[in-house]
Amino acid sequence: MVALTALRTAVGSPRGAIPAGILVFIVACAVFAPIIAPYAYDIQNLPGSNEAPNAAHWMGTDEFGRDLMSRIIYGARTSLSVAVTAISISVVAGMTLGAMAGYFGGAFDRAVTAVVDLTWSFPEILIALILIAIIGPGLQGTMIAISIAYLAQFTRLTRAQIMALKNETYVEATANLGAGNFHIIFRHLLPNAITPVIVAGMLATGDAIILEATLGFFGLGAQPPTPSWGAMMSSGTAQIFIAPWIIIFPGLAIAITVISINLFGDALIEALDIRNRLRSV
Amino acid sequence: MALLSVRDVSISIGVIDPVEGVSFDLDKGEILGVVGESGSGKSLTAMSVMGLLPRIGGRLRTGSVVFDGMELNTMSEDGLRRLRGKRIALISQNPMTSLDPIIRIGAQIDQVSTLHLGLNAAAAKARSLDLIAQLRIPEPEQIHRAYPHQLSGGMKQRIVIAMALAADPDLIVADEPTTALDVTIQAQIIQIMVDLVRDRGLALMLITHDMGVVAQACDRVVVLYAGRVAETNTVEAIFADPQHPYTRELIRCIPRHGQAPGSLKGIPGMVPSVMDYPGGCRFHPRCTQAIDICKALLPVLEAKTTGFAACHLSEARVQ
Repeated sequence: MVALTALRTAVGSPRGAIPAGILVFIVACAVFAPIIAPYAYDIQNLPGSNEAPNAAHWMGTDEFGRDLMSRIIYGARTSLSVAVTAISISVVAGMTLGAMAGYFGGAFDRAVTAVVDLTWSFPEILIALILIAIIGPGLQGTMIAISIAYLAQFTRLTRAQIMALKNETYVEATANLGAGNFHIIFRHLLPNAITPVIVAGMLATGDAIILEATLGFFGLGAQPPTPSWGAMMSSGTAQIFIAPWIIIFPGLAIAITVISINLFGDALIEALDIRNRLRSV
Repeated sequence: MALLSVRDVSISIGVIDPVEGVSFDLDKGEILGVVGESGSGKSLTAMSVMGLLPRIGGRLRTGSVVFDGMELNTMSEDGLRRLRGKRIALISQNPMTSLDPIIRIGAQIDQVSTLHLGLNAAAAKARSLDLIAQLRIPEPEQIHRAYPHQLSGGMKQRIVIAMALAADPDLIVADEPTTALDVTIQAQIIQIMVDLVRDRGLALMLITHDMGVVAQACDRVVVLYAGRVAETNTVEAIFADPQHPYTRELIRCIPRHGQAPGSLKGIPGMVPSVMDYPGGCRFHPRCTQAIDICKALLPVLEAKTTGFAACHLSEARVQ
Protein backbone atom coordinates (compact mmCIF):
# COMPACT_ATOMS: atom_id res chain seq x y z
CA MET A 1 0.00 0.00 0.00
CA VAL A 2 0.88 3.67 -0.16
CA ALA A 3 2.30 3.80 3.35
CA LEU A 4 4.49 0.73 2.82
CA THR A 5 5.87 1.98 -0.49
CA ALA A 6 6.69 5.30 1.14
CA LEU A 7 8.37 3.54 4.04
CA ARG A 8 10.54 1.66 1.56
CA THR A 9 11.36 4.88 -0.30
CA ALA A 10 12.24 6.62 2.96
CA VAL A 11 14.49 3.78 4.13
CA GLY A 12 16.11 3.66 0.70
CA SER A 13 16.94 7.37 0.54
CA PRO A 14 20.31 8.43 2.02
CA ARG A 15 18.53 10.89 4.31
CA GLY A 16 16.35 8.17 5.71
CA ALA A 17 18.72 5.20 5.71
CA ILE A 18 21.10 6.43 8.44
CA PRO A 19 18.46 7.45 11.00
CA ALA A 20 16.52 4.28 10.17
CA GLY A 21 19.65 2.20 10.88
CA ILE A 22 20.24 3.97 14.20
CA LEU A 23 16.60 3.48 15.20
CA VAL A 24 16.73 -0.22 14.40
CA PHE A 25 19.85 -0.46 16.57
CA ILE A 26 18.18 1.36 19.49
CA VAL A 27 15.04 -0.75 19.25
CA ALA A 28 17.21 -3.89 19.14
CA CYS A 29 18.99 -2.69 22.30
CA ALA A 30 15.64 -2.28 24.02
CA VAL A 31 14.28 -5.64 22.92
CA PHE A 32 17.43 -7.69 23.57
CA ALA A 33 18.63 -5.72 26.61
CA PRO A 34 19.17 -8.81 28.83
CA ILE A 35 21.38 -10.40 26.13
CA ILE A 36 23.29 -7.29 25.09
CA ALA A 37 23.84 -5.58 28.42
CA PRO A 38 27.15 -6.66 30.01
CA TYR A 39 25.81 -6.26 33.59
CA ALA A 40 22.46 -6.21 35.35
CA TYR A 41 21.04 -2.69 35.62
CA ASP A 42 20.48 -2.82 39.40
CA ILE A 43 23.63 -4.47 40.79
CA GLN A 44 25.33 -1.96 43.04
CA ASN A 45 29.08 -1.94 43.67
CA LEU A 46 29.82 0.95 45.99
CA PRO A 47 33.65 0.62 45.97
CA GLY A 48 33.55 0.94 42.19
CA SER A 49 31.32 4.04 42.08
CA ASN A 50 31.88 6.99 39.76
CA GLU A 51 34.46 5.10 37.70
CA ALA A 52 35.45 6.81 34.46
CA PRO A 53 34.89 4.89 31.18
CA ASN A 54 37.32 1.96 31.00
CA ALA A 55 37.67 -1.49 29.46
CA ALA A 56 35.32 -3.16 31.97
CA HIS A 57 32.75 -0.37 32.00
CA TRP A 58 32.75 1.30 28.57
CA MET A 59 30.65 4.21 29.77
CA GLY A 60 31.84 4.23 33.36
CA THR A 61 29.77 3.61 36.49
CA ASP A 62 27.28 5.78 38.39
CA GLU A 63 27.26 6.93 41.98
CA PHE A 64 26.23 3.42 43.18
CA GLY A 65 28.82 1.68 41.00
CA ARG A 66 26.20 0.38 38.52
CA ASP A 67 27.37 -0.12 34.96
CA LEU A 68 26.18 2.94 33.02
CA MET A 69 26.07 1.26 29.62
CA SER A 70 23.84 -1.53 30.93
CA ARG A 71 21.55 1.03 32.51
CA ILE A 72 21.33 3.02 29.26
CA ILE A 73 20.53 -0.14 27.30
CA TYR A 74 17.77 -1.05 29.76
CA GLY A 75 16.73 2.61 29.84
CA ALA A 76 15.92 2.37 26.12
CA ARG A 77 13.19 -0.09 27.12
CA THR A 78 11.58 2.39 29.48
CA SER A 79 11.87 5.40 27.20
CA LEU A 80 10.73 3.68 24.03
CA SER A 81 7.93 1.64 25.57
CA VAL A 82 6.49 4.62 27.44
CA ALA A 83 6.70 6.93 24.39
CA VAL A 84 5.40 4.40 21.87
CA THR A 85 2.57 3.16 24.09
CA ALA A 86 1.50 6.69 25.01
CA ILE A 87 1.55 7.93 21.43
CA SER A 88 -0.27 4.82 20.18
CA ILE A 89 -3.07 5.39 22.68
CA SER A 90 -3.09 9.04 21.73
CA VAL A 91 -3.24 8.34 17.97
CA VAL A 92 -6.07 5.81 18.29
CA ALA A 93 -8.12 7.98 20.64
CA GLY A 94 -7.39 11.15 18.67
CA MET A 95 -8.32 9.57 15.35
CA THR A 96 -11.58 8.23 16.76
CA LEU A 97 -12.51 11.56 18.34
CA GLY A 98 -11.42 13.57 15.32
CA ALA A 99 -13.23 11.30 12.86
CA MET A 100 -16.48 11.44 14.83
CA ALA A 101 -16.26 15.21 15.27
CA GLY A 102 -15.37 15.83 11.64
CA TYR A 103 -17.96 13.45 10.23
CA PHE A 104 -20.98 14.13 12.42
CA GLY A 105 -20.33 17.82 13.12
CA GLY A 106 -22.90 19.64 15.21
CA ALA A 107 -22.84 19.93 18.99
CA PHE A 108 -20.47 16.98 19.43
CA ASP A 109 -17.97 18.61 17.07
CA ARG A 110 -18.22 21.93 18.88
CA ALA A 111 -17.67 20.28 22.26
CA VAL A 112 -14.66 18.25 21.08
CA THR A 113 -13.15 21.25 19.28
CA ALA A 114 -13.55 23.46 22.35
CA VAL A 115 -11.79 21.00 24.67
CA VAL A 116 -9.10 20.21 22.12
CA ASP A 117 -8.38 23.86 21.41
CA LEU A 118 -8.18 24.54 25.13
CA THR A 119 -5.54 21.84 25.70
CA TRP A 120 -3.81 22.83 22.44
CA SER A 121 -3.21 26.31 23.89
CA PHE A 122 -0.94 24.95 26.66
CA PRO A 123 2.48 23.35 26.18
CA GLU A 124 2.40 19.55 26.44
CA ILE A 125 4.76 19.55 29.43
CA LEU A 126 2.35 21.69 31.45
CA ILE A 127 -0.59 19.43 30.70
CA ALA A 128 1.49 16.35 31.52
CA LEU A 129 2.63 17.89 34.83
CA ILE A 130 -0.94 18.76 35.83
CA LEU A 131 -2.12 15.26 34.94
CA ILE A 132 0.69 13.56 36.85
CA ALA A 133 -0.15 15.72 39.85
CA ILE A 134 -3.65 14.23 39.65
CA ILE A 135 -2.76 10.61 38.75
CA GLY A 136 0.43 10.36 40.79
CA PRO A 137 3.99 9.63 39.59
CA GLY A 138 5.10 6.33 38.05
CA LEU A 139 5.30 4.64 34.68
CA GLN A 140 1.56 4.24 34.17
CA GLY A 141 0.82 7.82 35.16
CA THR A 142 3.50 9.04 32.75
CA MET A 143 1.99 7.06 29.89
CA ILE A 144 -1.52 8.36 30.50
CA ALA A 145 -0.29 11.93 30.97
CA ILE A 146 1.73 11.86 27.74
CA SER A 147 -1.07 10.30 25.74
CA ILE A 148 -3.55 12.96 26.85
CA ALA A 149 -1.01 15.75 26.31
CA TYR A 150 -0.69 14.81 22.62
CA LEU A 151 -4.36 13.97 22.05
CA ALA A 152 -5.25 17.43 20.72
CA GLN A 153 -2.75 17.22 17.87
CA PHE A 154 -4.10 13.97 16.42
CA THR A 155 -7.72 14.95 16.96
CA ARG A 156 -7.24 18.19 15.06
CA LEU A 157 -5.28 16.58 12.25
CA THR A 158 -7.83 13.78 11.75
CA ARG A 159 -10.82 16.10 12.02
CA ALA A 160 -9.43 18.47 9.37
CA GLN A 161 -8.83 15.59 6.96
CA ILE A 162 -12.20 13.95 7.54
CA MET A 163 -13.99 17.25 6.93
CA ALA A 164 -12.27 17.52 3.56
CA LEU A 165 -12.72 13.85 2.64
CA LYS A 166 -16.38 13.47 3.58
CA ASN A 167 -17.40 15.67 0.65
CA GLU A 168 -15.55 13.52 -1.88
CA THR A 169 -17.78 11.99 -4.55
CA TYR A 170 -16.78 8.44 -3.68
CA VAL A 171 -17.97 8.90 -0.12
CA GLU A 172 -21.31 10.19 -1.40
CA ALA A 173 -21.45 7.36 -3.93
CA THR A 174 -20.89 4.77 -1.18
CA ALA A 175 -23.61 6.37 0.94
CA ASN A 176 -25.93 6.26 -2.08
CA LEU A 177 -25.35 2.53 -2.31
CA GLY A 178 -26.58 2.16 1.25
CA ALA A 179 -23.39 2.17 3.34
CA GLY A 180 -23.85 3.18 6.98
CA ASN A 181 -21.89 5.86 8.84
CA PHE A 182 -19.48 3.46 10.49
CA HIS A 183 -18.73 1.67 7.26
CA ILE A 184 -17.99 5.02 5.64
CA ILE A 185 -15.80 6.25 8.51
CA PHE A 186 -13.75 3.12 9.07
CA ARG A 187 -13.62 1.71 5.59
CA HIS A 188 -13.30 4.84 3.45
CA LEU A 189 -12.49 7.96 5.47
CA LEU A 190 -9.91 6.81 8.01
CA PRO A 191 -7.79 4.79 5.54
CA ASN A 192 -7.60 7.89 3.36
CA ALA A 193 -6.77 10.14 6.30
CA ILE A 194 -4.31 7.91 8.14
CA THR A 195 -1.02 8.70 6.39
CA PRO A 196 -0.34 12.19 7.80
CA VAL A 197 -1.54 11.05 11.22
CA ILE A 198 0.98 8.21 11.21
CA VAL A 199 3.80 10.61 10.33
CA ALA A 200 2.66 13.10 12.96
CA GLY A 201 2.58 10.20 15.43
CA MET A 202 6.13 9.25 14.47
CA LEU A 203 7.38 12.79 15.05
CA ALA A 204 5.39 13.07 18.28
CA THR A 205 7.12 9.90 19.52
CA GLY A 206 10.40 11.84 19.45
CA ASP A 207 8.81 14.63 21.47
CA ALA A 208 7.28 12.10 23.83
CA ILE A 209 10.73 10.64 24.57
CA ILE A 210 11.91 14.09 25.60
CA LEU A 211 8.74 14.61 27.65
CA GLU A 212 9.22 11.24 29.35
CA ALA A 213 12.85 12.12 30.08
CA THR A 214 11.78 15.50 31.46
CA LEU A 215 9.20 13.91 33.75
CA GLY A 216 11.83 11.32 34.75
CA PHE A 217 14.29 14.13 35.44
CA PHE A 218 11.77 15.66 37.83
CA GLY A 219 11.37 12.25 39.50
CA LEU A 220 7.79 11.90 38.27
CA GLY A 221 8.38 9.07 35.80
CA ALA A 222 9.80 5.59 36.32
CA GLN A 223 10.72 5.03 39.96
CA PRO A 224 14.15 3.64 41.02
CA PRO A 225 15.75 1.25 40.43
CA THR A 226 14.00 1.08 37.00
CA PRO A 227 16.45 2.84 34.71
CA SER A 228 15.12 5.80 32.74
CA TRP A 229 17.29 8.18 30.77
CA GLY A 230 15.70 11.25 32.36
CA ALA A 231 16.09 9.99 35.91
CA MET A 232 19.71 8.99 35.17
CA MET A 233 20.50 12.50 34.01
CA SER A 234 18.86 13.88 37.10
CA SER A 235 21.05 11.79 39.41
CA GLY A 236 24.04 12.79 37.29
CA THR A 237 23.58 16.49 38.03
CA ALA A 238 25.00 16.02 41.54
CA GLN A 239 28.17 14.45 40.13
CA ILE A 240 28.45 16.66 37.07
CA PHE A 241 31.94 17.94 38.05
CA ILE A 242 33.40 14.73 39.43
CA ALA A 243 31.75 12.18 37.08
CA PRO A 244 30.36 14.04 34.06
CA TRP A 245 29.82 10.76 32.08
CA ILE A 246 26.82 9.96 34.30
CA ILE A 247 24.90 12.86 32.80
CA ILE A 248 26.55 12.94 29.35
CA PHE A 249 25.80 9.37 28.16
CA PRO A 250 22.05 9.30 28.95
CA GLY A 251 21.85 12.79 27.43
CA LEU A 252 23.53 11.52 24.28
CA ALA A 253 21.18 8.54 24.16
CA ILE A 254 18.15 10.86 24.28
CA ALA A 255 19.61 13.25 21.72
CA ILE A 256 20.58 10.53 19.23
CA THR A 257 17.22 8.77 19.53
CA VAL A 258 15.16 11.92 19.11
CA ILE A 259 17.27 13.30 16.26
CA SER A 260 17.05 9.95 14.44
CA ILE A 261 13.27 9.87 14.82
CA ASN A 262 12.95 13.43 13.54
CA LEU A 263 15.26 12.87 10.57
CA PHE A 264 13.46 9.67 9.65
CA GLY A 265 10.13 11.44 10.03
CA ASP A 266 11.36 14.13 7.62
CA ALA A 267 12.41 11.50 5.09
CA LEU A 268 8.98 9.90 5.45
CA ILE A 269 7.22 13.23 4.87
CA GLU A 270 9.34 13.70 1.79
CA ALA A 271 8.54 10.23 0.49
CA LEU A 272 4.82 10.63 1.14
CA ASP A 273 4.71 14.17 -0.21
CA ILE A 274 2.35 15.30 2.54
CA ARG A 275 4.04 18.49 3.80
CA ASN A 276 0.96 20.50 2.86
CA ARG A 277 -1.48 18.20 4.60
CA LEU A 278 0.53 18.32 7.82
CA ARG A 279 0.57 22.10 7.73
CA SER A 280 -3.17 22.22 8.32
CA VAL A 281 -2.63 21.87 12.06
CA MET B 1 -49.37 -0.21 -9.83
CA ALA B 2 -46.09 1.04 -11.20
CA LEU B 3 -42.80 0.21 -9.45
CA LEU B 4 -42.03 3.89 -9.03
CA SER B 5 -44.75 6.48 -8.97
CA VAL B 6 -43.81 10.15 -8.68
CA ARG B 7 -46.89 12.32 -8.15
CA ASP B 8 -47.03 16.11 -8.28
CA VAL B 9 -43.60 16.51 -6.69
CA SER B 10 -42.56 20.04 -5.75
CA ILE B 11 -39.17 20.60 -4.17
CA SER B 12 -38.12 23.54 -2.01
CA ILE B 13 -34.62 24.52 -1.02
CA GLY B 14 -34.83 27.38 1.44
CA VAL B 15 -36.95 30.07 -0.21
CA ILE B 16 -36.63 28.81 -3.78
CA ASP B 17 -38.85 26.23 -5.48
CA PRO B 18 -36.67 24.70 -8.19
CA VAL B 19 -39.07 21.85 -9.06
CA GLU B 20 -42.87 22.11 -9.31
CA GLY B 21 -45.56 19.56 -9.96
CA VAL B 22 -43.47 16.81 -11.57
CA SER B 23 -45.26 13.48 -12.08
CA PHE B 24 -44.29 10.27 -13.85
CA ASP B 25 -44.51 6.50 -13.50
CA LEU B 26 -41.84 3.92 -14.11
CA ASP B 27 -42.40 0.19 -14.37
CA LYS B 28 -40.10 -2.83 -14.32
CA GLY B 29 -38.33 -3.46 -17.59
CA GLU B 30 -38.86 0.12 -18.63
CA ILE B 31 -36.36 2.86 -19.38
CA LEU B 32 -37.51 6.39 -18.67
CA GLY B 33 -35.52 9.33 -19.98
CA VAL B 34 -35.62 12.55 -17.98
CA VAL B 35 -34.37 15.28 -20.28
CA GLY B 36 -33.65 18.95 -19.89
CA GLU B 37 -30.93 21.57 -19.88
CA SER B 38 -28.79 22.32 -16.82
CA GLY B 39 -30.95 23.87 -14.13
CA SER B 40 -34.18 22.27 -15.27
CA GLY B 41 -34.45 20.17 -12.09
CA LYS B 42 -33.40 16.77 -13.45
CA SER B 43 -30.92 15.93 -10.71
CA LEU B 44 -33.18 17.21 -7.94
CA THR B 45 -35.97 14.98 -9.20
CA ALA B 46 -33.54 12.04 -9.09
CA MET B 47 -32.51 12.97 -5.54
CA SER B 48 -36.14 13.02 -4.43
CA VAL B 49 -36.44 9.45 -5.68
CA MET B 50 -33.40 8.45 -3.61
CA GLY B 51 -34.61 10.34 -0.52
CA LEU B 52 -31.47 12.45 -0.68
CA LEU B 53 -33.04 15.91 -0.57
CA PRO B 54 -32.40 16.52 3.16
CA ARG B 55 -28.67 16.06 2.51
CA ILE B 56 -28.58 19.22 0.41
CA GLY B 57 -31.03 21.10 2.61
CA GLY B 58 -34.02 20.52 0.36
CA ARG B 59 -37.44 19.09 1.10
CA LEU B 60 -40.48 17.78 -0.71
CA ARG B 61 -43.00 20.62 -0.45
CA THR B 62 -45.86 18.71 -2.00
CA GLY B 63 -46.42 15.43 -3.73
CA SER B 64 -45.37 11.86 -3.08
CA VAL B 65 -42.76 9.40 -4.26
CA VAL B 66 -44.03 5.85 -3.98
CA PHE B 67 -41.63 2.99 -4.61
CA ASP B 68 -43.08 -0.54 -4.63
CA GLY B 69 -45.94 0.62 -2.41
CA MET B 70 -43.69 2.47 0.06
CA GLU B 71 -43.86 6.23 0.48
CA LEU B 72 -40.22 7.38 0.42
CA ASN B 73 -41.11 10.91 1.42
CA THR B 74 -41.97 9.99 5.01
CA MET B 75 -39.54 7.09 5.40
CA SER B 76 -36.87 7.24 8.12
CA GLU B 77 -33.23 7.71 7.13
CA ASP B 78 -32.55 4.17 8.38
CA GLY B 79 -35.25 2.73 6.18
CA LEU B 80 -34.00 4.69 3.20
CA ARG B 81 -30.46 3.47 3.77
CA ARG B 82 -31.66 -0.11 3.61
CA LEU B 83 -33.32 0.62 0.27
CA ARG B 84 -30.34 2.42 -1.25
CA GLY B 85 -28.07 0.08 -3.10
CA LYS B 86 -30.29 -2.93 -2.39
CA ARG B 87 -33.50 -1.88 -4.16
CA ILE B 88 -32.72 1.53 -5.63
CA ALA B 89 -29.21 2.24 -6.86
CA LEU B 90 -27.78 5.54 -8.00
CA ILE B 91 -25.15 5.85 -10.69
CA SER B 92 -23.57 9.22 -10.29
CA GLN B 93 -22.32 11.72 -12.80
CA ASN B 94 -18.63 11.50 -12.28
CA PRO B 95 -16.92 8.12 -12.62
CA MET B 96 -13.47 9.63 -12.14
CA THR B 97 -14.13 10.44 -8.49
CA SER B 98 -16.81 7.91 -7.58
CA LEU B 99 -14.32 5.22 -6.56
CA ASP B 100 -12.22 5.24 -3.41
CA PRO B 101 -8.63 5.78 -4.63
CA ILE B 102 -6.97 3.51 -2.06
CA ILE B 103 -9.25 0.47 -2.21
CA ARG B 104 -8.96 -2.17 -4.91
CA ILE B 105 -11.73 -2.20 -7.52
CA GLY B 106 -12.78 -5.70 -6.54
CA ALA B 107 -13.17 -4.90 -2.87
CA GLN B 108 -15.35 -1.92 -3.69
CA ILE B 109 -17.77 -4.02 -5.73
CA ASP B 110 -17.60 -6.89 -3.21
CA GLN B 111 -18.62 -4.70 -0.30
CA VAL B 112 -21.97 -3.83 -1.89
CA SER B 113 -23.02 -7.47 -2.09
CA THR B 114 -21.57 -8.38 1.31
CA LEU B 115 -23.42 -5.44 2.84
CA HIS B 116 -26.79 -5.97 1.19
CA LEU B 117 -26.93 -9.66 0.33
CA GLY B 118 -24.86 -10.95 3.25
CA LEU B 119 -22.56 -12.90 0.93
CA ASN B 120 -19.25 -14.22 2.23
CA ALA B 121 -16.00 -12.98 0.72
CA ALA B 122 -15.64 -15.77 -1.84
CA ALA B 123 -19.24 -15.55 -3.06
CA ALA B 124 -19.03 -11.78 -3.28
CA LYS B 125 -15.85 -12.03 -5.32
CA ALA B 126 -17.35 -14.56 -7.72
CA ARG B 127 -20.35 -12.30 -8.14
CA SER B 128 -18.15 -9.24 -8.78
CA LEU B 129 -16.07 -11.09 -11.37
CA ASP B 130 -19.27 -12.14 -13.10
CA LEU B 131 -20.51 -8.54 -13.12
CA ILE B 132 -17.23 -7.20 -14.45
CA ALA B 133 -17.41 -9.72 -17.27
CA GLN B 134 -21.02 -8.81 -18.00
CA LEU B 135 -19.97 -5.20 -18.39
CA ARG B 136 -17.65 -6.40 -21.15
CA ILE B 137 -14.43 -5.56 -19.37
CA PRO B 138 -11.62 -7.90 -20.44
CA GLU B 139 -9.62 -9.86 -17.83
CA PRO B 140 -11.97 -9.54 -14.84
CA GLU B 141 -9.45 -11.15 -12.45
CA GLN B 142 -6.88 -8.52 -13.23
CA ILE B 143 -9.38 -5.64 -12.93
CA HIS B 144 -10.63 -7.07 -9.64
CA ARG B 145 -7.13 -6.60 -8.22
CA ALA B 146 -6.50 -3.16 -9.77
CA TYR B 147 -6.72 0.24 -8.12
CA PRO B 148 -8.95 2.96 -9.60
CA HIS B 149 -6.02 5.01 -10.94
CA GLN B 150 -5.06 2.09 -13.19
CA LEU B 151 -8.34 2.24 -15.13
CA SER B 152 -9.57 4.56 -17.85
CA GLY B 153 -12.66 6.74 -17.44
CA GLY B 154 -14.88 4.40 -19.43
CA MET B 155 -13.76 1.39 -17.35
CA LYS B 156 -14.32 3.29 -14.13
CA GLN B 157 -17.84 4.17 -15.19
CA ARG B 158 -18.50 0.51 -15.92
CA ILE B 159 -17.19 -0.38 -12.47
CA VAL B 160 -19.54 2.20 -10.96
CA ILE B 161 -22.38 0.54 -12.88
CA ALA B 162 -21.22 -2.85 -11.61
CA MET B 163 -21.36 -1.51 -8.04
CA ALA B 164 -24.91 -0.28 -8.66
CA LEU B 165 -25.91 -3.72 -9.97
CA ALA B 166 -24.08 -5.72 -7.30
CA ALA B 167 -27.03 -6.07 -4.92
CA ASP B 168 -29.59 -6.72 -7.68
CA PRO B 169 -31.65 -3.54 -7.32
CA ASP B 170 -35.09 -3.14 -8.90
CA LEU B 171 -34.61 0.47 -9.88
CA ILE B 172 -31.51 2.23 -11.13
CA VAL B 173 -31.33 5.98 -11.20
CA ALA B 174 -28.55 7.06 -13.55
CA ASP B 175 -27.74 10.76 -13.31
CA GLU B 176 -25.98 11.68 -16.56
CA PRO B 177 -23.86 8.53 -16.39
CA THR B 178 -21.95 9.23 -19.58
CA THR B 179 -21.50 13.00 -19.52
CA ALA B 180 -17.83 12.76 -18.54
CA LEU B 181 -16.98 10.28 -21.30
CA ASP B 182 -16.27 10.74 -24.98
CA VAL B 183 -18.99 9.90 -27.51
CA THR B 184 -17.88 6.47 -28.67
CA ILE B 185 -17.48 5.20 -25.11
CA GLN B 186 -20.75 6.91 -24.24
CA ALA B 187 -22.68 4.96 -26.88
CA GLN B 188 -21.04 1.72 -25.71
CA ILE B 189 -21.87 2.23 -22.07
CA ILE B 190 -25.45 3.26 -22.78
CA GLN B 191 -25.84 0.10 -24.86
CA ILE B 192 -24.44 -2.04 -22.03
CA MET B 193 -26.87 -0.45 -19.58
CA VAL B 194 -29.81 -0.94 -21.93
CA ASP B 195 -28.91 -4.61 -22.43
CA LEU B 196 -28.55 -5.22 -18.70
CA VAL B 197 -31.86 -3.54 -17.93
CA ARG B 198 -33.61 -5.60 -20.61
CA ASP B 199 -31.98 -8.87 -19.48
CA ARG B 200 -32.76 -8.42 -15.83
CA GLY B 201 -36.10 -6.66 -16.17
CA LEU B 202 -34.95 -3.66 -14.15
CA ALA B 203 -36.43 -0.19 -14.19
CA LEU B 204 -34.02 2.53 -15.26
CA MET B 205 -34.47 6.25 -14.80
CA LEU B 206 -31.94 7.78 -17.14
CA ILE B 207 -31.24 11.45 -16.62
CA THR B 208 -29.57 13.20 -19.50
CA HIS B 209 -29.44 16.40 -21.49
CA ASP B 210 -28.72 14.50 -24.68
CA MET B 211 -31.70 13.66 -26.91
CA GLY B 212 -29.38 11.32 -28.84
CA VAL B 213 -28.96 9.16 -25.73
CA VAL B 214 -32.73 9.22 -25.24
CA ALA B 215 -33.32 8.02 -28.78
CA GLN B 216 -30.81 5.21 -28.31
CA ALA B 217 -32.01 3.94 -24.95
CA CYS B 218 -35.39 5.03 -23.67
CA ASP B 219 -38.97 3.80 -23.90
CA ARG B 220 -40.57 6.93 -22.57
CA VAL B 221 -39.41 10.49 -22.04
CA VAL B 222 -40.17 13.26 -19.58
CA VAL B 223 -38.96 16.64 -20.80
CA LEU B 224 -38.32 19.07 -17.97
CA TYR B 225 -38.01 22.79 -18.44
CA ALA B 226 -37.35 25.24 -15.58
CA GLY B 227 -38.54 22.76 -12.97
CA ARG B 228 -41.82 21.78 -14.68
CA VAL B 229 -42.76 18.97 -17.02
CA ALA B 230 -42.93 20.39 -20.55
CA GLU B 231 -43.90 17.22 -22.31
CA THR B 232 -44.08 13.48 -21.75
CA ASN B 233 -44.63 10.74 -24.28
CA THR B 234 -43.18 7.55 -25.71
CA VAL B 235 -39.84 7.90 -27.48
CA GLU B 236 -41.25 7.09 -30.91
CA ALA B 237 -44.08 9.61 -30.59
CA ILE B 238 -41.96 12.38 -29.14
CA PHE B 239 -39.46 12.21 -31.99
CA ALA B 240 -42.16 11.78 -34.62
CA ASP B 241 -44.48 14.50 -33.40
CA PRO B 242 -43.15 16.71 -30.59
CA GLN B 243 -45.98 18.75 -29.05
CA HIS B 244 -43.94 21.31 -27.14
CA PRO B 245 -41.74 23.87 -28.95
CA TYR B 246 -38.97 23.17 -26.40
CA THR B 247 -38.95 19.46 -27.28
CA ARG B 248 -38.80 20.40 -30.94
CA GLU B 249 -35.79 22.62 -30.27
CA LEU B 250 -34.06 19.87 -28.25
CA ILE B 251 -34.51 17.41 -31.10
CA ARG B 252 -33.16 19.96 -33.54
CA CYS B 253 -29.98 20.10 -31.41
CA ILE B 254 -29.04 16.49 -32.25
CA PRO B 255 -26.29 16.58 -34.87
CA ARG B 256 -27.24 14.60 -37.98
CA HIS B 257 -25.12 12.74 -40.47
CA GLY B 258 -24.55 14.84 -43.60
CA GLN B 259 -25.82 18.00 -41.99
CA ALA B 260 -24.64 21.18 -43.78
CA PRO B 261 -21.81 22.93 -41.92
CA GLY B 262 -23.05 25.74 -39.69
CA SER B 263 -26.64 24.58 -39.78
CA LEU B 264 -26.58 23.01 -36.31
CA LYS B 265 -28.12 25.63 -34.00
CA GLY B 266 -28.51 25.70 -30.23
CA ILE B 267 -31.57 27.01 -28.48
CA PRO B 268 -31.11 30.77 -28.10
CA GLY B 269 -31.16 32.17 -24.55
CA MET B 270 -30.72 30.32 -21.26
CA VAL B 271 -32.89 28.45 -18.77
CA PRO B 272 -34.19 31.24 -16.52
CA SER B 273 -32.76 31.36 -13.00
CA VAL B 274 -34.92 29.78 -10.35
CA MET B 275 -34.94 33.17 -8.61
CA ASP B 276 -36.90 34.89 -11.37
CA TYR B 277 -38.99 32.60 -13.50
CA PRO B 278 -40.90 34.63 -16.10
CA GLY B 279 -44.69 34.95 -15.69
CA GLY B 280 -46.88 32.84 -17.92
CA CYS B 281 -45.21 29.95 -19.71
CA ARG B 282 -41.62 29.72 -18.47
CA PHE B 283 -40.38 28.99 -21.97
CA HIS B 284 -42.06 31.93 -23.70
CA PRO B 285 -39.01 34.30 -23.75
CA ARG B 286 -37.11 31.69 -25.80
CA CYS B 287 -40.05 30.39 -27.80
CA THR B 288 -40.21 31.44 -31.45
CA GLN B 289 -43.94 30.79 -31.62
CA ALA B 290 -45.05 32.51 -28.41
CA ILE B 291 -48.47 34.16 -28.57
CA ASP B 292 -50.09 36.60 -26.12
CA ILE B 293 -51.58 34.00 -23.78
CA CYS B 294 -48.11 32.44 -23.26
CA LYS B 295 -46.97 35.59 -21.43
CA ALA B 296 -50.00 35.69 -19.17
CA LEU B 297 -50.98 32.15 -18.23
CA LEU B 298 -48.89 29.20 -17.01
CA PRO B 299 -49.94 26.26 -19.19
CA VAL B 300 -50.89 23.01 -17.42
CA LEU B 301 -49.91 19.53 -18.55
CA GLU B 302 -52.78 18.09 -20.59
CA ALA B 303 -53.49 15.42 -23.15
CA LYS B 304 -52.62 16.40 -26.71
CA THR B 305 -53.09 14.59 -29.99
CA THR B 306 -50.30 12.38 -28.73
CA GLY B 307 -48.93 12.25 -25.19
CA PHE B 308 -49.07 15.10 -22.69
CA ALA B 309 -47.64 18.61 -22.99
CA ALA B 310 -47.84 21.91 -21.17
CA CYS B 311 -48.27 24.35 -24.04
CA HIS B 312 -50.99 26.75 -25.14
CA LEU B 313 -49.94 26.46 -28.77
CA SER B 314 -50.69 22.84 -29.45
CA GLU B 315 -54.02 23.38 -27.79
CA ALA B 316 -54.74 26.21 -30.21
CA ARG B 317 -53.66 23.95 -33.00
CA VAL B 318 -55.88 21.10 -31.82
CA GLN B 319 -58.86 23.45 -31.74
